[in-house]
Amino acid sequence: MSTVVLLALTGLGLGALYFLIASGLSLVFGLADVLNFAHGLFLSVGAYATWWAGGRLSGPWGFTVAVLFGVACGAAVGGLVELVLIRPLYRRPTEQVLVTVGLSLAGVALLQAGWGADPRRYPSPQWTQKVTRVLGADVPNDRLLLIGVAVLVLAGLLAILRFTRYGLVIRAGVENRAMVSALGIDVRRAFTLVFAIGGALAGLAGALGGVYFGSVSPGQGASLLIFAFIVVVIGGMGSVTGSAYAAVAVGLLQQFVNYYGTAGAGDICVVALLAVVLLVRPAGIAGRAAT
Amino acid sequence: MSQSPSRAAPAFRAVAPLAVVAVAAVLPWSTVDIPGVFDGPLNSPGTLQLLALCLVFGGLATGYDLLFGRAGLLSFGHALYLAVGAYGVDILVTHAHWPLWAAVPAAAVGGAALAALLGSVALRTTGIAFAMVTLAFAQVGSILTQRDPGGLTGGEEGLPMDGSRLPGFLVGVANTVNLYWLALAFLVVVVVVVHRVDRGPYGRVLAGLRDDERRVAVLGLSPYRFKLVTFTLSGGLAALGGVVYALVVGGASPALAASDLTLSLLVMAVLGGPGTRWGPVIGGILYTYLDQRLTSLGGTGAVRHLPGVLRGPLSQPLFVLGAVFILAVYFAPGGLAGLGRRGAALARALRTRRSDPARAGAGAAPGAGATAATGATEN
Repeated sequence: MSTVVLLALTGLGLGALYFLIASGLSLVFGLADVLNFAHGLFLSVGAYATWWAGGRLSGPWGFTVAVLFGVACGAAVGGLVELVLIRPLYRRPTEQVLVTVGLSLAGVALLQAGWGADPRRYPSPQWTQKVTRVLGADVPNDRLLLIGVAVLVLAGLLAILRFTRYGLVIRAGVENRAMVSALGIDVRRAFTLVFAIGGALAGLAGALGGVYFGSVSPGQGASLLIFAFIVVVIGGMGSVTGSAYAAVAVGLLQQFVNYYGTAGAGDICVVALLAVVLLVRPAGIAGRAAT
Repeated sequence: MSQSPSRAAPAFRAVAPLAVVAVAAVLPWSTVDIPGVFDGPLNSPGTLQLLALCLVFGGLATGYDLLFGRAGLLSFGHALYLAVGAYGVDILVTHAHWPLWAAVPAAAVGGAALAALLGSVALRTTGIAFAMVTLAFAQVGSILTQRDPGGLTGGEEGLPMDGSRLPGFLVGVANTVNLYWLALAFLVVVVVVVHRVDRGPYGRVLAGLRDDERRVAVLGLSPYRFKLVTFTLSGGLAALGGVVYALVVGGASPALAASDLTLSLLVMAVLGGPGTRWGPVIGGILYTYLDQRLTSLGGTGAVRHLPGVLRGPLSQPLFVLGAVFILAVYFAPGGLAGLGRRGAALARALRTRRSDPARAGAGAAPGAGATAATGATEN
């Protein structure tokens, strides 16, 4: 029993990490139709920024401030990339993908040039490395932290999408971008916003991913990104709640199968799930809707 | 005045590639030493292996461009078929003790069969979803090679080829030249196949699929079937390339199955000029050369004396290549081949202006000449 609880909670923790990456990716794709390979770079930027600030700050709130700094860096990079690199290429989707591919290659190499290819030890606060007893299982605190943050982010995102004017524009834009432009609304500003939100969420995922893995390395984002892509496709591109469901499913599946089957079997099951979903419901669980 | 070049062009076009192949084939007998470009003379094993790698990737990029540039299919899983070829021949020779002549076709056909199987699922989606599905499938290959199932793939270390089971002429430093010729032969095979496809009616259908899939469907052709055949063919060529790669390098490593390798192939095709005849070949050769050489360039004096801010990034080949790639997407959409084409059009327009001052004086004529020239070369 305690094993099942432990696996379920660690699986949810992994799913929470996937959700943080996938929700931003999904919004960017849903609204702007950009398959963002540079999302992994945003994540690495957030992780390194938090690592850098965390090593310089101390005190009870030091790590929280460092995480906020990482999130801000992720958001800044996301917004800048949209403004400078993606904006000139709207209506040319293939070129956009190519630019984000080039960006991910060059950006990771740049991080590597700055801080080396080897993993760096992460300044996680003490309490994240301890465990909490839940229903007889010793669950690592960092997983619980991830789950809590992901639930807050999901609630926050849904609130923004439902109750703010920009949320309305984003939801409408995901459904029918041409119509929104025809009504005289500048969708491009929403594009920048969505990229900044995506960058911020990726930065948050990077900051918390550092706690999860205990270290940061330049290639960390890229390996997580592939599973985030899978989550996005399963959940339905553009849908935040779809991403949440898919992230939970993928995280649990991966954790349980990897424990009860041979190592790596869980990752393969996830791809099999993707193939099945695509054959049964090509548009993903949620279809095309922002919330 | 543009009569003579256009009359000479077909003959030149037919002869030039043959001449290049002939020069490439006799290159290993040359002892010319080009300092700065290569570490040793042309016939030294190190240089020949570098050249062989360049040729293999020239072929691989051309095979990938059959999907990307010609059929317009953005696949992010091409590395999988390359890895099937490399690991396939390696496992069959090293673990199963097959003779090489049997292992090579088995690995290539295996790659094509896997491409047909996975393609039949992946091609039910289009566009970005197709890209993601192929990426996910390739990720399974990448995980499998790293996890070392049953001790077959050697895990993260990779699987070195058992040299004692290969024919003698492919083993040893002294025989690097044979590997070079093998790589050249692979490149020629890929180029011939892709150009055959390009010129025939099948290639016209592919171009149609790239430009407007619905029109092809309206004409009564099945886009799915054409795409699947192309995907299978491209997968088979990639597997063959993997076989040659494994022979040249002497084994297979998990980096072959990583998604980064597919991204490199994409970068090669785009840098060279997707959909053009020679662009991907040149892009593949140039990219591989730079990727291999920039690493050692980082240690040379020219870079070492730069300030630290520049030195770090410049010693990372992927940073330089990634940055060049981004610039190419903005400023040279047709890649190197497109640059050459535009340069030729510009030169012709300038020549028209100079040789015909009366027309140039008319004002609008040179511009019209330039557009006509561009139009003519693009057809």
